[in-house]
Amino acid sequence: MSDLNLTLHVWRQRNAKSPGKMVTYKVTGVSTHASFLEMLDILNEQLTAKGEEPIAFDHDCREGICGMCSLMINGRPHGGQRATTTCQLHMRHFKNGDEIWIEPWRAEAFPVIKDLCVDRTPFDRVIAAGGFITANCGSAPDANDILIPKESADDSMDAAACIACGACVAACPNGSAMLFVAAKLAHLHRLPQGQPERMHRTQAMVTAMDAAGFGNCSNHYECEAACPKDIKRDVMALMNRDYAKAALASRDRETKSDGSG
Amino acid sequence: MLKLDARVPGGPIEQKWANARFEMKLVNPANKRKYKVIVVGSGLAGGAAAATLAELGYDVACFCFQDSPRRAHSIAAQGGINAAKNYQNDGDSVHRLFYDTVKGGDFRAREANVHRLAEVSVDIIDQCAAMGVPFAREYGGTLANRSFGGAQVSRTFYARGQTGQQLLLGVYSALERQIGAGKVTMFSRTEMLDLVVDNGRAVGIVARDLVTGAITSHAAHAVVLATGGYGNVYYLSTNAKGCNVTATYRAYKRGAGFGNPCFTQIHPTCIPVSGDFQSKLTLMSESLRNDGRVWVPKSKTDTAKHPDQIAEDARDYYLERKYPAFGNLSPRDIASRAAKEVCDEGRGVGPGGRGVYLDFRDAIARDTEERIRERYGNLFDMYERITGENPYRLPMRIYPAVHYTMGGLWVDYQLQTTIPGLFCLGEANFSDHGANRLGASALMQGLADGYFIIPYTLGDYLARLAGVNSAIASPTSSAFAASEDLVRARLDRLMNVRGSRSIDSFHKELGHIMWEHCGMARSAESLKTALEAIPKLREEFWRDVTVLGDRDSFNQSLEKAGRVADFLEFAELMCKDALIREESCGGHFRVEHQIDGEAKRDDDRFCHAAVWEYAGEGKEPVRHVEPLAFENVKLATRSYK
Ligand SMILES: Cc1cc2nc3c(=O)[nH]c(=O)nc-3n(C[C@H](O)[C@H](O)[C@H](O)COP(=O)(O)OP(=O)(O)OC[C@H]3O[C@@H](n4cnc5c(N)ncnc54)[C@H](O)[C@@H]3O)c2cc1C
Ligand code: FES
Repeated sequence: MSDLNLTLHVWRQRNAKSPGKMVTYKVTGVSTHASFLEMLDILNEQLTAKGEEPIAFDHDCREGICGMCSLMINGRPHGGQRATTTCQLHMRHFKNGDEIWIEPWRAEAFPVIKDLCVDRTPFDRVIAAGGFITANCGSAPDANDILIPKESADDSMDAAACIACGACVAACPNGSAMLFVAAKLAHLHRLPQGQPERMHRTQAMVTAMDAAGFGNCSNHYECEAACPKDIKRDVMALMNRDYAKAALASRDRETKSDGSG
Repeated sequence: MLKLDARVPGGPIEQKWANARFEMKLVNPANKRKYKVIVVGSGLAGGAAAATLAELGYDVACFCFQDSPRRAHSIAAQGGINAAKNYQNDGDSVHRLFYDTVKGGDFRAREANVHRLAEVSVDIIDQCAAMGVPFAREYGGTLANRSFGGAQVSRTFYARGQTGQQLLLGVYSALERQIGAGKVTMFSRTEMLDLVVDNGRAVGIVARDLVTGAITSHAAHAVVLATGGYGNVYYLSTNAKGCNVTATYRAYKRGAGFGNPCFTQIHPTCIPVSGDFQSKLTLMSESLRNDGRVWVPKSKTDTAKHPDQIAEDARDYYLERKYPAFGNLSPRDIASRAAKEVCDEGRGVGPGGRGVYLDFRDAIARDTEERIRERYGNLFDMYERITGENPYRLPMRIYPAVHYTMGGLWVDYQLQTTIPGLFCLGEANFSDHGANRLGASALMQGLADGYFIIPYTLGDYLARLAGVNSAIASPTSSAFAASEDLVRARLDRLMNVRGSRSIDSFHKELGHIMWEHCGMARSAESLKTALEAIPKLREEFWRDVTVLGDRDSFNQSLEKAGRVADFLEFAELMCKDALIREESCGGHFRVEHQIDGEAKRDDDRFCHAAVWEYAGEGKEPVRHVEPLAFENVKLATRSYK
């Protein structure tokens, strides 16, 4: 396979406060074996040689697990290849002479920090609100004391595979974080250990999600299609059911305490 | 002058940890919140430490350079975590895990620490399960196990091929709980650039806010470093791009002894380099060697042929030939060197002749493609995504790659470095793995250090500090100011070179030097070559590197330049350490020291940990030794034939 010469339209933005714009670059001599991020490395080397500041983009593991990489590639999160993060997308899927549009995640809750990097800390805040099991270190019973059917462990693992990259939010026309939040809830609620705090957790995380500026879900399911870890929409049904129950229960509690007080 | 006192408690090995805990001073619970602790790193080691110390009541500040603590490099671990649970009833025990680890490390680790690691391993699994880690289960609901290299029992716990991810998410959730409760202040996208030492004690750090570029001082009663390994000194490795030596190297320059810097692990099964644009290497799990057969053509002239056209008797299954007892499952260091050897002979396959086949043809014929897909589907998909080749049809091409660093800051039994008040955990310390780490033992060590050891040993240190209020330094004191000045001056210096060469070009060149001369096989000659080349490259870096952008804003080039500058100094220390260690042990293979192609240890001269002391700019560092005594596992030669 021969090398590729490409035309890239890349979002450049100095910082959160300044306006950004698309800038066009030519990048030459890209091996088809290179990954998408290696293609950007090559461009950055070419820019550096010309004294132009390289393009900022987030990445770390480059093997599809840390969730640090992002990018809208031709309007699709991670480039739109099934179950593949940008760092695992390879240039053999492009043709010589292609034009490629590269933008940061576009979402109200994820402001741009610089160029292609966005601030995803709202995800951390949602987890801090309830995405955990309260089990202080040292307090655990023997791991085999609580039996977990293989199917439950497998289902939990399916949801736990989320890498918090934010593709779901970026894909959603409303910028909703439903898939992310629901995946964490499903991970914990498909296990016996997650049951004691189930209702409180659901409510707390949904409240934090709303407060963090994510949009509402109106059932487009673009999130499911964009997820590089194949998280399925059924986690959202689970969350909605629990949320309805939790809301009911807390109303009951309020009525009761009103009565006694 | 560095003082090495390992502070190993008395008593028989099984009692040492219990004795140590009993002798520790405790901090009055009501006083704990008055103690401030800095934890640098949010991986398994740092994240677990920060969360647990906060649960105990300390006032914790935690730092990481990624945008979220959940993205620490621990997330990438695939295979599993060891623990001496003996759930399989196959003869495992704390003592056996201890024994395997000491022997696997080729007798270059401290016995007492390794025994403690094996002891607490069982608690780790309990804690992780309680926190919702979805470990693999049997149909009956009990935990499942798999086997890993270097062990004859099945003691590895796992969560599909994403064990590190799931363990780290457990740690991260505990950490976020404490952040939500206001007990931990999290500084993400913040990089530690210096350690502050005052009156001989670690009193804080100086860090750079990677978003704004602001330099900030943080004071504390104690500092814990859990900043991971330095495999990226080789440029290409299985580590994440951001992994670096900066935090530990800066601490070394402030007086912390650096233990065994030359001990690095090369993993035999990684996807080979495909071009000079290559930015990292991807691991293919060791488990593949259960069913895959490793081979190269017998004749150099066959290397360009399609593998299907190479007849059975023209193939050299060299691991099966050389190590009939262990065959394709020979330990990592041995399998790696064997691959290098056949490629050096010109029999390697693929681009540049740097690859060997890992072939599933026979396994597929025997067990069907379906069964193989069940076992390794994920890995085969990943391989295909990266190479564009279908491993069900064509053998995989693999080659060894840098994977893990056993060396790190020297710590005593309490995990304290040679600087009082500075502790070091996880891959960043010089570790319990000696000269070679067994698979699935790094995750175990990180969590042991963070969950179960540092909460005790740090408490003891704090309890012995004079008075709570008198002990904390002010971030405006002269020690902090001096350190901030140094950090700023260095950043300015990097920005002001304005040369013509890119940062990556220097990093790649350094990596090449290290891989060729201080890699899988080392000789006095190659190391001397490296020791000449590195200072020249460093000098050129400071004369000709180009760092664009601003100092006082988000600048990934500047981050990278700082890390590469540290690698350029640290690499020299690695080569010095490798040159002086005139023996072969574990991952450190000196070609002059071998018998029949196998590593030859020299216990008379080198049964010790080497600990390096920084002596000042341009001065020769001083090498100290911590002698190692083996009282519970008898010194013996490893053999896999
Ligand atoms: C591909 C791969 C697979 C592996 N598989 C296994 C396995 O199956 N089993 C096993 O036991 N081991 C495995 N390992 C090894 C294991 O994953 C690591 O050794 C371990 O996770 C290291 O954990 P840690 O907490 O010490 O460091 P890390 O997880 O690397 O965390 C380092 C932390 O320090 C922070 N940091 C670093 N420098 C700075 C700085 N200057 N300022 C601020 N913060 C900083 C980072 O942000 C990060 O939070 C694997 C390793 C790799 C590369
Ligand atoms: S860089 Fe880690 S998932 Fe892409």
